[in-house]
Amino acid sequence: MLGLNQRDTKFLIIVIALTVFTPILLQPFPTDSGLAQFNAGYPDLMQRFAIFGIFAIGFNILFGLTGYLSFGHAAFLGVGSYSTVWMFKLLNYNVLPGLVLAIIVSGLFALLIGFVSLRRSGIYFSILTLAFAQMSFNLAYSVLTPITNGETGLQVYNDDPQILMGENGITTTHFFGFKMNSSWIMDLGPWQFTFNFGYYFCAVIAILAFYLSLRIFRSPFGLMLRAVKSNQQRMNYTGVSSRPYTLAAFVISGMYAGLAGGLLASMDPLAGAERMQWTASGEVVLMTILGGAGTMMGPVLGAGFIKYFENIFSKINDQVLHGWFAFLPDGLENALVWLLHPFVGKGWHLTLGLLFMLVVVFLPGGLVELGQRIRNMFRKKPDANDDSNHKPQQSPHVAE
Amino acid sequence: MSKLITNRRGVLRGGAALGAGLAMPTIFTASSAAAFTNDPTGSTVTLGFNVPQSGPYADEGADELRAYELAVEHLNGGGDGGMMNTFSSKVLDGTGIMGKKVEYVTGDTQTKSDAARASARSMIEKDGAVMITGGSSSGVAIAVQGLCQEAGVIFMAGLTHSNDTTGKDKKANGFRHFFNGYMSAAALAPVLAARYGTDRTAYHLTADYTWGWTQEESIAAATEAMGWNTVEKVRTPLASTDFSSYIAPVLNSGADVLVLNHYGGNMVNSLTNAVQFGLREKVVNGKNFEIVVPLYSRLMARGAGANVKGIFGSTNWHWSLTDEGSQAFVRSFGTKYGFPPSQAAHTVYCQTLLYADAVQRAGSFNPCAVAEALEGYDFDGLGNGPTHYRAGDHQCFKDVLVVKGKENPENEFDLLEIVEITPRAQVEYAVDHPMFAGGELGACNGG
Repeated sequence: MLGLNQRDTKFLIIVIALTVFTPILLQPFPTDSGLAQFNAGYPDLMQRFAIFGIFAIGFNILFGLTGYLSFGHAAFLGVGSYSTVWMFKLLNYNVLPGLVLAIIVSGLFALLIGFVSLRRSGIYFSILTLAFAQMSFNLAYSVLTPITNGETGLQVYNDDPQILMGENGITTTHFFGFKMNSSWIMDLGPWQFTFNFGYYFCAVIAILAFYLSLRIFRSPFGLMLRAVKSNQQRMNYTGVSSRPYTLAAFVISGMYAGLAGGLLASMDPLAGAERMQWTASGEVVLMTILGGAGTMMGPVLGAGFIKYFENIFSKINDQVLHGWFAFLPDGLENALVWLLHPFVGKGWHLTLGLLFMLVVVFLPGGLVELGQRIRNMFRKKPDANDDSNHKPQQSPHVAE
Repeated sequence: MSKLITNRRGVLRGGAALGAGLAMPTIFTASSAAAFTNDPTGSTVTLGFNVPQSGPYADEGADELRAYELAVEHLNGGGDGGMMNTFSSKVLDGTGIMGKKVEYVTGDTQTKSDAARASARSMIEKDGAVMITGGSSSGVAIAVQGLCQEAGVIFMAGLTHSNDTTGKDKKANGFRHFFNGYMSAAALAPVLAARYGTDRTAYHLTADYTWGWTQEESIAAATEAMGWNTVEKVRTPLASTDFSSYIAPVLNSGADVLVLNHYGGNMVNSLTNAVQFGLREKVVNGKNFEIVVPLYSRLMARGAGANVKGIFGSTNWHWSLTDEGSQAFVRSFGTKYGFPPSQAAHTVYCQTLLYADAVQRAGSFNPCAVAEALEGYDFDGLGNGPTHYRAGDHQCFKDVLVVKGKENPENEFDLLEIVEITPRAQVEYAVDHPMFAGGELGACNGG
């Protein structure tokens, strides 16, 4: 179906099902229980899962297929956000014009940066993209303040033109009248599930983005990109110019990032310069490697994993820890809290770092490899039709 | 290149799937029945404390969090009650807010607008916080204030000193107890003129964001009105840690006063650099070279050590104040943590009490009712003397302290001495003052 073979169709259907039921899957604990702390089924985080999933999928088209490690992808994310917020300021709160503009502008921006950066490969390419992104960040932060509103971030003010906004126009982001922040809350016994329009909007776009990326992976174009990764020199010797292919991949990947940036602004109409900082560029690299570079599902898993840590672990404070261990004797309780303190709350980076290290050392293929190992453990005989299409089999380590 | 095979059936199927996908979310547009966002229905009420726990303002954030915890303890009837006993309003009785026990959630703003908004959104959407407070950078405070306006909860600003917070970027759901750049300038300028004379040439180094810009503008305007000249205004990136390259040109500029519009770690570094370059020993235009730090805090003074001696600045509150409210606060904070509170701790403690008090008086957690109770409210006993929450821009008006780095500190906390308590009348301004114009409060949003 849809130009996919049977396996891929099945894969896509599973992804769609997972996306649709995310609000339930992420809310496994009853709202009043002590474990509710670990629930992640609230709109903001679910939206982030979908949006950063798109970002990581796009990054993977470049990094996973061609092996070009871009350290400046956050620049496109930021450009997308700024474009979208400007559309809110000039037209109205409908997200469609903003998203279209975000994709176009980030695509053009990627063309420009890619044209220059792709003259080099390997570490030089990474450094060039990093330099461009950092330049964009600094420009947004200071020189371009009239366009970006500097450190405060670009926001919509009451006195903005908003020419398409009627007398009683909607004052929050919407898609032809369907507000992004409208939610339908379902109480099911002690459980509470939130079905948010903004999330489903992002999710539909994420599925489309996923499908498009699946088609690219399976196309002759995708094969060409893989060839670039395995041996670009040999390709050049056979008379194929690889530059147009890598440039196309770079632009597509930049447009994905722009789309993600636009969606971020659509869910929360503010664009800050930090979105373009090198740490944000590094984050998407982490997401991709953590999940499994070059696989379809990996980057999405990685994105979810990192965002979960950032939003859930960072909010566990000493008060919460004391609550958990209240049943223990006082001395033991304090000792445990003291022991765990550096790893939660503001220490979530530390926990994430440790986990990242473990993954890179023991699971070079990322979380996807973990899934495969578990699956193989329960499978008695070796699979006859091995899943060779889903990732570059036996590929060298992703960081190489 | 990509082999996209299209046939009629494929297109039809794809179209149908797409249509179904787009139509699906429309079933989820029913809104909830509550009158306002996060109406607390149980026996508890949740407040969201959103402070920087990492980044250049982490010290301030940590102190704010201590004060929040203390305020919650007092509201729930624990401890010695602190400033609740000296507060002019007596409706708080130690049984929480409107009989509901106060609980709180914390988050890390990382001193970044994006992270701060994400953290605040999760407090509102996941934890059901009915009020968000905090922020130790004006950029962050403004971003979160905008979010709270959209989400329909009250935002009680913490440490934010930019004119824009209650000026260009003011919001109906946002309230600020802390003072601002204009007030600092209005209080500081006469003192500077009295000490250093009216014939001075100033050189500004400014942190390059909303707070730095507005403070620079305010100080320049106020000192120029006294007869000073401003020779140069240089913007420095917030992330800088070494200011040597910015200090060197000061020596050749002909300026005899350096104004450092820096805060936190920035100020500690730039002041140290300036002292290392020997600026304070220099004589320019026949006058001693002077350094001014318009916004001071004890935490910064501690970071800069002996370099702050004799340097003038302004502050919102200082623990050495002798009024009843300040003493009660210093006592309970000191008992719990073993050292005196900073001005950041003081302002967020006040904000928490003021919010609780407003809810109690309004008899409702509805943001619009709370806002109405806070607007135009006069109170006393929270350490700054008689204070007024102005309805027109949600800014508090109170006395401002002009302070000086102490020459002979008696202990590690005794770093600033109060030079003058500038009366409230001297720092007041009109709601439509040019430095605050350009925004509008809008209508309160209950969600």
